[in-house]
This record gives sequence, C-alpha cells and structure tokens, in this order.
Amino acid sequence: MGIVSPGFSGRRRADSDKLPPGQYLVTDFPVLSAGPTPRVDSASWRLTVRTETGQVRSWDWAAFLALPSEEVTVDLHCVTKWSKLGTRWRGVSIDTLLDGAETAADYAMAHSYGGYTTNLPLADLVDGQAWVAFEYDGDPLEPEHGGPARLLVPHLYLWKSAKWVQGIDLSDDDEPGFWESLGYHNYGDPWREQRYWGDLRGGSPRLGRSRRRRRQRGLSCWRFPGGRATAQASMWTSG
Amino acid sequence: MTSHLDGNMLAGTLGELFTVDVTTAIGRCASCGTSGAIAQAHVYPDAPGMVARCPACSEVVLRLVRGSDRAWLDLRGLTCLQLTIPGS
Amino acid sequence: MLEVPGWPGHRAGQHVDVRLTAEDGYSAQRSYSIASAPQGTALELTVQRLDDGEVSPYLTQTLGVGQPLELRGPVGGWFVWDADGTAPVLLVAGGSGLVPLMAMIRARAQAANRVPFRLIYSVRDPAAALYATELIERQRVGDGLGVTYLYTRTAPAGSPLPVGRISADVIASSGLPPADSPRVFVCGPTGFVETTAGLLVAAGHDPGAIKTERFGPSGGQS
Repeated sequence: MGIVSPGFSGRRRADSDKLPPGQYLVTDFPVLSAGPTPRVDSASWRLTVRTETGQVRSWDWAAFLALPSEEVTVDLHCVTKWSKLGTRWRGVSIDTLLDGAETAADYAMAHSYGGYTTNLPLADLVDGQAWVAFEYDGDPLEPEHGGPARLLVPHLYLWKSAKWVQGIDLSDDDEPGFWESLGYHNYGDPWREQRYWGDLRGGSPRLGRSRRRRRQRGLSCWRFPGGRATAQASMWTSG
Repeated sequence: MTSHLDGNMLAGTLGELFTVDVTTAIGRCASCGTSGAIAQAHVYPDAPGMVARCPACSEVVLRLVRGSDRAWLDLRGLTCLQLTIPGS
Repeated sequence: MLEVPGWPGHRAGQHVDVRLTAEDGYSAQRSYSIASAPQGTALELTVQRLDDGEVSPYLTQTLGVGQPLELRGPVGGWFVWDADGTAPVLLVAGGSGLVPLMAMIRARAQAANRVPFRLIYSVRDPAAALYATELIERQRVGDGLGVTYLYTRTAPAGSPLPVGRISADVIASSGLPPADSPRVFVCGPTGFVETTAGLLVAAGHDPGAIKTERFGPSGGQS
C-alpha cells in the first residue's frame, strides 16, 4: 500500500456488505474505454450469433427490438474497484437469442464494434444470467456506455459486459479476449475477487484480509527511472 | 465521449518497468506502418488497463495492465521499438 | 512547493505522478506538470482546484506543510525543452496547460538563453490566468519573450486579440512564422490541443516540430 496521505478520503464512497471484496460504491457511472467510442447507426447495426457448427443467426436493429425484452435491475462491479448498485436496464436475454440454436459449445466470445473481445463460458450467458441491453435507466443506451447495445453479465466483473456488442461466437475452445490475454482473470468472479491471472481465492474474504494481502505484496515500485540502486523511493515533502 | 491523452502520460508507469524512457522511443505500427514516438500515441487511460493507439490508424500499438505486484505489457501492435541508449 | 530530498533534477516540461492513499487503501493518482525551472531539490507544482475533483481539493486545501506526498518522477522525455536550445520556440497554452510551458519559460530565463520565445495563452478571462504578474515582469526584461493573451469569454479593454477561441488568425498574428522553423509546444485540454495542432499544421508548421501534451477533457487534473 502507498504512504497514507493524511486527511485524504477521495470520492465519497461507502462500504456495504452488498459489495464484493475490494470494491467501493459510486453514485455516478464511470466511463471506461480502451479506445474511441464507436458510432454505430441503427441502419448498419447488426447482432450476429454463430454456433460452433457454423449456424448463424443475425438481427438488424428493427428485428432485434422486436424480440421479447425484459427490464432488469442489477449491480455492476468493475475490476477497477467501483461498484454501482441497483442499475436498471432493458435487454434481450441471451436465452432468447439462442432459442432454437443447436449447440454443444462450452465457450463464447463476444465481439464489439471497435475490436474489443471478451470470453466467457456459455453456461454463464444462459439461464437468465445475461442480456444484450439497449436501454439504461429508461433511456436508450448512450454510446459512451455501450450503446446502441451492450452485453450485460452482472455476475462477473464489468469488463465481461462488452460494450458495443456486435456478435457472440460459440466455440468448443476457450480463447482469451482483450483483457483476459493481458493479465485479467479468465473468468472474473467479483465475489471471489478474481481480478488477475492466478487469483484463485474461493469464498469472500473480508475487506480486512484483502487489505493485509495488499500490504504484503508491496503495492507498486515507485522509483526514479534509471535508478538502479533505489527500489522503493517515496519522497517526502514539506509541502 | 471518451477522448484520449498522449503517450507522455505512460512515462511514469513505463518508467517502473524500463530503465530507458520508452515514451521517446520510436515505434512502428504493425497495422499501418506509421512510425512515431510512443509519446505521440493516443492513450486511453480510463480502462482496466492502458491502451495506446496509433495516431494514424487507431489500431492498438501497446497495452499495459498494472496489477498490484505485476504488470502485463503487450507490444504486438508495434513491429519494433527504437530506443535511444542514454549516455552514449 | 515541495521539498524533495534526493531529487535528481528535471527537465522543463516533465511531470510527476502524484499518488494519494486513504487509510483503507483506496488510492487515486494524477499527473502534474512541474512548473519550476530545473534547479535544486525544490519542486513547484501548480494545481488548479476543481470543485468536483478528487485529488485537487486535497492538494490545494487539505495537504499541510510538513505532510508527506508520494510522487513518482520526473518522467516524460518527449515534451521537454532544454535550456541549451537554439531554435525559436512557440508555446500555445490552454488554461492549466500553461504549467509545463511556464517551466520552459523559467528554464530559459535561468539559463539566460535569449532565443525568441512566443507564448499564446488561451484562457477564459484575466482572473483565470496563471502567473500573470510573473509573465508581465518577464516580458519587461526584454530578452525576447513575447506573450499574447487570447481570452475566450471576457477580455480587458485594449486587449490586442478579440474575444474568441484559437483560430488561424490568432496563430498567424501572434505565433511565429513557420519559416523560422520554431519548435512548437501545445498543452491544454484535449479539444484545444487537437484544434491548435491542426491549425499549426495548416499554417505551415512542420508536424515533426510540434509536440503536444493533452490534459484530458476537463483540462485538469481533477
């Protein structure tokens, strides 16, 4: 952990026992993105589901909106540690999208406009656990939050809820997506704090234990570039 | 609307991993071949990791995830990096 | 002002990453350009307080003399000007983007370098201008520093430029001629930097001579 800054508390955040370990509550809705916001107009928007045998099903915007949809209220947990509870969405259940599709696949890869990908077990997308959402809080989903439509998989860290989703490919093989190939946990269960590779914890550690763990690891190595000798050099000021 | 910053802002994080200043290194985009200083890349900092994109074609040139005691770095978006060796 | 024992010195234009950690381990990090000229162990950061900011209110109101501040740096070898430079320099600043450029102005004075330095400083109104008095004094020295203010909301009477945003006319009237092959540094909010860089290239400046530092959509450093 870094040196405590006396009197610093940061943005108002509350502790809640509804939160997974290491998370804090926010009241705004942070926007995180790995690139420019794709601008997709409804005329060219497509959502395509492909099974492992090559079966393809595709919807344009009108066809997609004609599908049965439902309103859900879910909690969001971002791996960057913020959580937002009780968010209201309207979306089409993945069960609806897969209705009638023949598949024995175990895995899925979601693809987004702009190139983002994320992988999940198919078992985590079905049985009422996931949606392609197109409304947030009663309004059409804004581009910065993933509109026209995004994947919503609230039981996993929010990076699995791919914004600007355009396709879901089912496969017998599990391939890591954009963040999963760069250190983020392949599965991403916030309740077991599966943030990075090698995070294996089962159960929900109390916040206290998480804090001790952070200290033991020696968070970060703040030193001068090129400073071979100094490993940890935190510099103190007289303000 | 997410806007980007410059590769300058990677200097601190990359400085933890490299003894030379990578932001002044010249990289060649593996997608479009454009060369430029890493400091000129378009960086999207508000993500689970840092993503630097080619200013010409917007493809990803560099990705960096900073864990608590580990970092992951993906430079596949660059065909190579030309680094200046200090003191030479 | 920060006293940093063991500070290795810095180059004008570099920045530091400041990290604040709360008692429960929550941390926030921001980058701040160094405002001071390269010298000694004292470091000056100019922090503008954003009302809804997370870090700036702490740095400007809570942090007290003698208290610790964790920082990393100096970093950033790209957006720098070294005091032995011989080419004329055009600086274009938007709001708090003036900070790293001020380090360059101070470095130039410290080294008694007389290469032409021209600053175009775009700011909302005179009250929002940073280092106002210092810039007046430095210009009075008459060693080749010229400063033009571009006010975007309210200008004082007699202001050479009309109220408005950065434009090709402003670049032409208050910048340096591309024929002089100046090095150009642009710093400020992302939108400002984007627009300015485009105008500079359109005016004939070599894109390779233009260096930019974007501060993000709000221009801060919240």
